Amino acid sequence: MIRLEKLSREFQVGNQVVHALDEVDLEIKENEYVSIMGVSGSGKSTLLNILGLLDTPTSGDYILSGINTSKMDDDEMAGIRSTKIGFVFQSFHLIPRLTAFENIEMPMILSGMNPKERSEKVSSALEKVGLTDRSDHKPEQLSGGQRQRVAIARSIVMEPDVLLADEPTGNLDTSSGNEVVKLIEELNIAGLTLIVVTHDREMGERSNRLIELRDGKIINDQNQKKA
Amino acid sequence: MRLTDILFLAYTTLIRYPLRTIMLLIATSIGVMAVILLTAVGEGARDYITGEFRSLGTNLLIVIPGRNETSGGGNPAGLAGLSPRPLTIEDAQSLYQIDNVKSIAPVVIGEAPAQYDGLERSASIIGTTPVFSSIRGWEMESGSFLPGVTLRYSPPVCAIGKEIKAELFGDEVALGEWIRIGDRRCRVAGVIAEEGRAIGIDVQKVVIIPVALGTALFNRDSLFRIILDVKDSTRMEQTMQSIESIIKRRHQGKEDITVIKQDTVLQSFDNIFNVLTMALGSIASISLFVAGILIMNVMLVAVSQRQAEIGLLKAIGAKNKQINNLFVVEAIMLSGSGAIMGLILGHTITQALKVAFPTFNFLPPSWASYVSLLVALISGIVFGLLPAKRAAKLDPVEALSGNK
Repeated sequence: MIRLEKLSREFQVGNQVVHALDEVDLEIKENEYVSIMGVSGSGKSTLLNILGLLDTPTSGDYILSGINTSKMDDDEMAGIRSTKIGFVFQSFHLIPRLTAFENIEMPMILSGMNPKERSEKVSSALEKVGLTDRSDHKPEQLSGGQRQRVAIARSIVMEPDVLLADEPTGNLDTSSGNEVVKLIEELNIAGLTLIVVTHDREMGERSNRLIELRDGKIINDQNQKKA
Repeated sequence: MRLTDILFLAYTTLIRYPLRTIMLLIATSIGVMAVILLTAVGEGARDYITGEFRSLGTNLLIVIPGRNETSGGGNPAGLAGLSPRPLTIEDAQSLYQIDNVKSIAPVVIGEAPAQYDGLERSASIIGTTPVFSSIRGWEMESGSFLPGVTLRYSPPVCAIGKEIKAELFGDEVALGEWIRIGDRRCRVAGVIAEEGRAIGIDVQKVVIIPVALGTALFNRDSLFRIILDVKDSTRMEQTMQSIESIIKRRHQGKEDITVIKQDTVLQSFDNIFNVLTMALGSIASISLFVAGILIMNVMLVAVSQRQAEIGLLKAIGAKNKQINNLFVVEAIMLSGSGAIMGLILGHTITQALKVAFPTFNFLPPSWASYVSLLVALISGIVFGLLPAKRAAKLDPVEALSGNK
């Protein structure tokens, strides 16, 4: 469902051109569980941003569900992000002035869904992440683990095809980190394609497929047996 | 995205930063309030002035010597700069032949010293007939107004204003006493009770003498003007034409007078004050634009403060247009609610001023409310647009990694 062909992303830093991604070829199938690892500066975040259509490649093609996204304009990409892609960030990115319920509702508000349908979907998402009783809480009233679970609920309400997680446990202690990882792994078992960027090897090794990046190139791509 | 959702989201940001919101509300409301208050003063002044004129009755025609309006192809005599033929008491008398004329008050004015018992002061003199008092609806404090005076007959009597009475006679009785006006003498037959002004003269400082005495006193053969009270105001135009043709005949075929309606005078004052009120309103609305610039400034700060949020909204599928709308609506809500606050404040203050100064009517015109609200909203849109554009154009990756 995801295919990258000779995909490059260059940044201009001062007089120097940095190749964050250098002619990457990659194919990810439906319902895969992939971790992307690498030291900082290896290009893993850039890869995730491009996979999430937040960033556009300098050259090469990105084909998502059979659609070449390279020539899309901002609005078309926003449409794809809205319906096909879910994001989970290291720092949660909840809107502080909105309640958990409203934060989860946000993608549906943007897509113009009617309030009744929204409300049903938020309730079921809250139930999935086990936070039904926290629906009226503001982010500041929630623990880190709870915040990330709200963010996960928000990422799945639009029923995307792919979930992109950028260091989802990076700001969490071990036990709430484990809960969060379990939660997204369950979503993967239920059919969601899961791509996790991490520098935590333990977490990387939980996935079915581990991709390692260095200097914008894939240096290792292996299938691994789940423990 | 639904309008109610956009409004709700904008509302949450206004609640989230109360100090910022209150400051901007105050700025905008001061602007709107200034518009309301200044136009209320302008409109109040207009109402006051036109009210003064209206109290004279609208059935009045005024004949002025000289032609200051040209009709048709123009008047060669006027262009040649010929001085107008005097408008005489006989001219006034002749106007009685028009059946629609109820009464005629010729007026001659000037300044002369008034003396009594060694005291002297300068006084404004009006020479006229008793009709003048009835046209203006004057009350007398004592005595009567120019008794026995007609256009032809001028016994040596006069009526004096309250201040003249006080200064020349003090607490003594003035009625029946002889005073000297310039080189003439007249007997005080009445003291006028009125205050205020008549044809630009303070009534309290006036001495009113018979019209013929006035022309003799100032050695002048022309009247200042003739005021006519008309029986039927629907035949005003016809009466004006009759006046012009009668005077023309008397003046050897020269059209050298101007006849104006009280209404016309009223109308021109009305126009002047309307323009004045609008000028005041537009000056005040400058402060609305200042408030708009403040809003822009604050919105620009808000955009950089909320970068992470904008990045997130983009990540979860917000189109650039939606981000733009969110910020514009936020600016409009700020300016709109500030404007409503200003309207409430402005109207409350004008009501309070009405209570405090009952003689002057503070009347905020209804257009001032609409216009100031509109200007506030427009400045919200205009000044909200730039920050909103900036927010919409943010690169999602950079925005997400920005502040939180």
